Amino acid sequence: MWDTSLFIETLPVLIGAFLKITLVVTVLSSILSALLGLVWAIALRELPAWAAAPLRFVLDFIRMTPLPVHLLVIYYAFNNLSPMTVGVLVFGVHYSTYMAESYRAGIDSIRKGQWEAATALSLPASRTWRAVILPQAIRNTLPSLGNWAIAMFKDTPFLIFISVPEMVTEARQFGGQHFSYVEAMTVAGLLFLVASYPTAVLMRKLEKKLAY
Amino acid sequence: MPTDQTPGSIPGHENNGGVPRIQFEDVVKRFGSTTVLDNLNFNVGRGERVTLIGPSGSGKTTILRLLMTLEHLTDGYIWVDGDPLTHARQDGKRVELKSKQVAQVRKRIGMVFQQFNLFPHLTVLENITLAPREVRRMPKKEAEEIAMRMLERVKIPEQAHKYPGQLSGGQQQRVAIARALAMQPKVMLFDEPTSALDPEMIKEVLDVMEELADSGMTMIVVSHAPRRP
Amino acid sequence: MAEFFSDLGTVLLRLLGDGLTATLAAFAGGAVLMVIVAVLLGVAEHQGPGWLQVIARVIVELFRGTSLVVQLFFIFYVIPTFTGFDLGSTWTAIVALGLNYGAYGAEVVRGSLNAVPAGQWETTTALSMPWLTKMRRVIWPQAWALMLPGFNNLMVMLVKGTAVVGLVLLADLTFEAEQLRRQVGTWPAFIGAMLIYYVIALVVSTIMRIMERRAPRRLGLGDFEIAQARKQADEALAGAATPLDTGTGPADLVPAPRRPGGGDA
Repeated sequence: MWDTSLFIETLPVLIGAFLKITLVVTVLSSILSALLGLVWAIALRELPAWAAAPLRFVLDFIRMTPLPVHLLVIYYAFNNLSPMTVGVLVFGVHYSTYMAESYRAGIDSIRKGQWEAATALSLPASRTWRAVILPQAIRNTLPSLGNWAIAMFKDTPFLIFISVPEMVTEARQFGGQHFSYVEAMTVAGLLFLVASYPTAVLMRKLEKKLAY
Repeated sequence: MPTDQTPGSIPGHENNGGVPRIQFEDVVKRFGSTTVLDNLNFNVGRGERVTLIGPSGSGKTTILRLLMTLEHLTDGYIWVDGDPLTHARQDGKRVELKSKQVAQVRKRIGMVFQQFNLFPHLTVLENITLAPREVRRMPKKEAEEIAMRMLERVKIPEQAHKYPGQLSGGQQQRVAIARALAMQPKVMLFDEPTSALDPEMIKEVLDVMEELADSGMTMIVVSHAPRRP
Repeated sequence: MAEFFSDLGTVLLRLLGDGLTATLAAFAGGAVLMVIVAVLLGVAEHQGPGWLQVIARVIVELFRGTSLVVQLFFIFYVIPTFTGFDLGSTWTAIVALGLNYGAYGAEVVRGSLNAVPAGQWETTTALSMPWLTKMRRVIWPQAWALMLPGFNNLMVMLVKGTAVVGLVLLADLTFEAEQLRRQVGTWPAFIGAMLIYYVIALVVSTIMRIMERRAPRRLGLGDFEIAQARKQADEALAGAATPLDTGTGPADLVPAPRRPGGGDA
C-alpha cells in the first residue's frame, strides 16, 4: 500500500521538476502579470470611455473563461512556441486580468485628499501619478500580488494540458510507471503545502508592515 | 454666507488701492438641483484676513474649493489679482480657460485642508519640496533651503526627515502649512484647519496662522465656530 | 471569415450536445457539495469546541494549500487502491471540486459569521437561546446575506474549475473542444468553448446577484452591511489579504471581520 522506498525515490524527481519548471513558470508569469496588470489598470482609468469599454470586455472575458482552454488554444495556434513559453505567456496574461482588479482597488483606496493636495500644489497629472499616486498604490497592492502569485503557483499543474513536464505531470507518470500513485501524489501535495503555506503567512506579515 | 468686505478696512493693512486679491463675480454653484452659491459677489483685498463662518452646508467650503479649482463653476467669474482663474470674458462671451492657463493663476493660491493630506510615503522635507521642484522647476538645494525656512517658520525644523505617520496631528498640519507656503502663494486658504485636531494641538496651529496673518498674507479661513484669529 | 463563423456554429452545436452535459454535471454536483462542505467546515471552525476547530482548520488549510489537480489525482488514483472503491470519473470530479472549493467557501462562511454584529450574538446569550435556535433564527439568516458575494465569486471560479475534469477522463467542454479541433481548426473550437463557459459564468453570476439583492430585504439587514460585504468580497477577489486569515489563496474570499456599525435586532 505504502512503499517508503518509492516515496524516497520520487523526491529528487519531483523536487527537480518543481525547481526547474514549476518555480520558473510561477516567477516569470508573476512578473509578467504584475506589469501587465498595472498597464490594464491605468489604461482602464485613463482611456476615454469608447476605448476603455472594449478593453474591459476583453479582460473580463479572459478572466471568466478557464485557463486550460487558454493554454490549449495558444499552444495549438502558435505551435512554433515551446510549451513552457506558451505557459508563461498564458499564465501571465490570464493573471494580469486579476491583478488589474487588485491595482484598481489599490488606486481607489488612496484617499481623495491625496489627489486634492496634488491639485492644490499645482502638480500636473503625470507627476501626480508618478510621485504621489503610484508609489502608494503599488504599496497597497503588493500583498494582493503576492497572493495571486501563490494562486498561480497552485494552478501550474494545468500545464499538463500542454505537455509541460511540471511536477504533477511527473508525479502521475512516476505513479503509472511504478503502479502506485500514493507516494508520488503525497510528495507533490507536500511540496505544494511546504511552498505555499509559509509564503502566505509571510504575505500576511508583509501586509501588516506595509500599512502606514 | 459671508457678508461683503470693504477692501482696506482693516487697520494696519493698507490695500494697494488697486486690484483686489480675490474677486468673486456673480458666482453661481449648483450641485444637481441644489443651488449652493447664488450670484455671489465679494472681494478680498491684499493683506485682508477673512473668516467664513456658518452652519454646515452653507457653502463656505465650496467657496474655497471653487477657488482651488477642486469644483467647477456653474456660472460667474473668479479673478485673482485681476486675472481670470477658470473663465474669462471674450467678445462679451463667457469662455472657459485651458488647464494650463488655469494652472498658471492657481499657483498663486495655497490651500491647507482639514485632513492635512500629507503624502505618507514621503518625508516631511520631501513633502514640502515636491511641488517647488516639479512645478516651479527649482533645483533641489534651493528647494530644500526654502523648505527648511518654512519649517522654521512653523517651528518644527527638527522633523524634516521624519515621515508624516510619525508626527502628531498638530505637527502634521503645520507641515501642511509649510508645504503650501513653499510655493510662495499670494493667498492662503484654510478649510477648517483645526477641526481634525485634538484640543491641545489647536493652539500651535493657530499660533502659526496668526504669525502668517501678522506678516501680511492674504488669508481666507473657513471655520465652524468663531475663534481667534 | 465567413468560414470561421460557420465553423464556430458547428462547434457550438456539437459542444452543446456532448461536452455541456458533463461540464454542467460537474458544476452542479460540485456546487452543491461545495456549499455543504463550506457550511460544515465554516461553522465547525467558528463555533466548534477547540479540538473540532483545529481539525476543521487543518482540513481547510490542506485543501487550500495543495492544488486542485493534486487532489483530483489523489481521489482518482489513490483512493481506489486503498479502498477498492472506484468513484468513476463524474463523481471523482464532483468530490474533488466540492472539497477544494468548499475549503475556500469555509473561509467565506467563517468570515460572515464573524461579520454578524457582536450585539446579535450577545443578545442571544442574554436570552439563553440554545445553540441550534440561535444559529437558525438569528445568526444564520444574517450571515447568509453577507456570504452571498463571496459565494458568487466562488461559483464563477468553480465554473472555470470544471475545465480540469478532462484529466480524469470526463468528456467535458474542454475535452470535446480539443477533439473537435482536428475537424474545425483551433480557433473556432476553443473560442466556441470559451463562449459557452462565459455564458454559463454570466448566468450563474446573475442568479447569484439576484439572490444577493433579494436576501437582505427579507432579513431587514441594512443596505450598508450588504454593500460592505459585496465590497469586501470584491476586494478579496482582487487578492486583498484579510487580517484574520492565515490562508493560502487569493481567494481568501472572507468578508473581513469588521463589525458593521450595526443595529441590534
